[in-house]
Amino acid sequence: MSQNKVLDRTGEFFEPLILDETSQGNGLCKRIIPCLDVAGGRTVKGVKFQNLRDVGDPVELAVQYQEQGADELMFLDISATREERATVYDLIRAVADRLSIPFTVGGGIRTLDDVKRLLDCGADKVSVNSAAVDRPALVEEIAVACGSQCCVVAIDARAVSAVCEAESPASVYEVVVRGGTLGTGLDAFLWAKNCYERGAGEVLLTSFDADGTLSGFDLPMVSLFSSSLPIPVIASGGARDPGSFVDVFAAAGADAALAASIFHDRVYSVAEVKARLQEEGVKVRIC
Amino acid sequence: MKTEELNFAAVDLVTSAGGNVGSMSRCLTRLGVKFQTKGNFDPPSGERPVILPGVGAFGTVMASLNENKFSERLKAMLKGGTPFLGVCVGMQVLFDESEEAPGVSGLGLVSGKVVRYRATRVHKVPQIGWNKIVACREMTGDIKEGFVYFVNSYYACPREPGAISYLADYGGAFCAALQVGNFTAFQFHPEKSGDMGERLLKEWLSNVSK
Repeated sequence: MSQNKVLDRTGEFFEPLILDETSQGNGLCKRIIPCLDVAGGRTVKGVKFQNLRDVGDPVELAVQYQEQGADELMFLDISATREERATVYDLIRAVADRLSIPFTVGGGIRTLDDVKRLLDCGADKVSVNSAAVDRPALVEEIAVACGSQCCVVAIDARAVSAVCEAESPASVYEVVVRGGTLGTGLDAFLWAKNCYERGAGEVLLTSFDADGTLSGFDLPMVSLFSSSLPIPVIASGGARDPGSFVDVFAAAGADAALAASIFHDRVYSVAEVKARLQEEGVKVRIC
Repeated sequence: MKTEELNFAAVDLVTSAGGNVGSMSRCLTRLGVKFQTKGNFDPPSGERPVILPGVGAFGTVMASLNENKFSERLKAMLKGGTPFLGVCVGMQVLFDESEEAPGVSGLGLVSGKVVRYRATRVHKVPQIGWNKIVACREMTGDIKEGFVYFVNSYYACPREPGAISYLADYGGAFCAALQVGNFTAFQFHPEKSGDMGERLLKEWLSNVSK
């Protein structure tokens, strides 16, 4: 189909048309999102949310990832103390000055004021987790005041044999909070749906079973969420190698994938992962 | 490179449409562009090119533009030919109306309306992420295609398709950017689109600095 034909006005207004025969009607790329767990101004990473070790200066790492072709970045503040947490605002300002790609900040966000302060410092999105479980209205407050586009709800979930929630559980996944130490009895899928209805713009889905184990993404879990939610799902936890990313996009239909260890440990660069994805026919942004 | 950057005209950055003024101002700083922020009670004079970044709902953004009759002054100034760059909702408000806020009038500077993506299982709404834009007509510049970062549920449909400068594909072709008269507008976020975004901004800046 020629471009002129696409531009012909068929109705009162320009209507969406398929660009050409080979178009799948969707040029949107799958996103690779390196995650930097930060505490007290340093980047750290644990296995199953425990045994933290220092892996470098977050601003330098962020710039490296951007140069490697990262599509977005995630900063997760896992500070244990108030003093450590106070350092995050300076860090976010320093990152915002240097980066020309979007980034999300999560961890320890309890109130709308926390959200506004992080956005003022230059974060593009915020991610809320246990505070939203404690008080779901927080999701609505963020969506209304700052827009759904900056409201990511992070859900840590694990498989359970029987979900505690009385009325017809929709999945075998339970929401866990407090770094995975506390099961909530909340059906993770119903919770994700609830967040969407309250105005969440994206769901960051971390498999507690897979996180930090390098065993590959939790494909059945990601598949359930990404096929059923009308908003993007970012898969997280378990990335082992470029093949893990091929699986999570091509087989499980994730919109984005987040990983920490394999990038921090320089096992693979973002560019290597993307090159493999492109070979396998997954649409990615190649810089 | 540095000398060229310093030759860009100073611009007025309008803060009235919410959201991403911070990221746009950081980006202009990185590019070495001098700018002043302008709002409803301190409108741009029309002597410098104007950038309008916008984030949020069409209705909310129009309501804040209408405060203190700012939108009337903006319209009069832009009809006088001041170079203008609208970003995201700052693009959408140029149009007559939006499905997002039925009954709310846009600035009406570009004829057409703003519509919502029709969601299906493979096309989630909002569109979030990097999509490829392709120049769809003879352009003055030399940027033919590249990946840029979108976050949007709505997009503009100019009544005159000749206004469209770049198309992208999300459930079908849509208007990713327009260029008509003194109006340039991007549905995507050039300030968050890495090197490609900076190239597009520099191209606009050098065109309006002549």
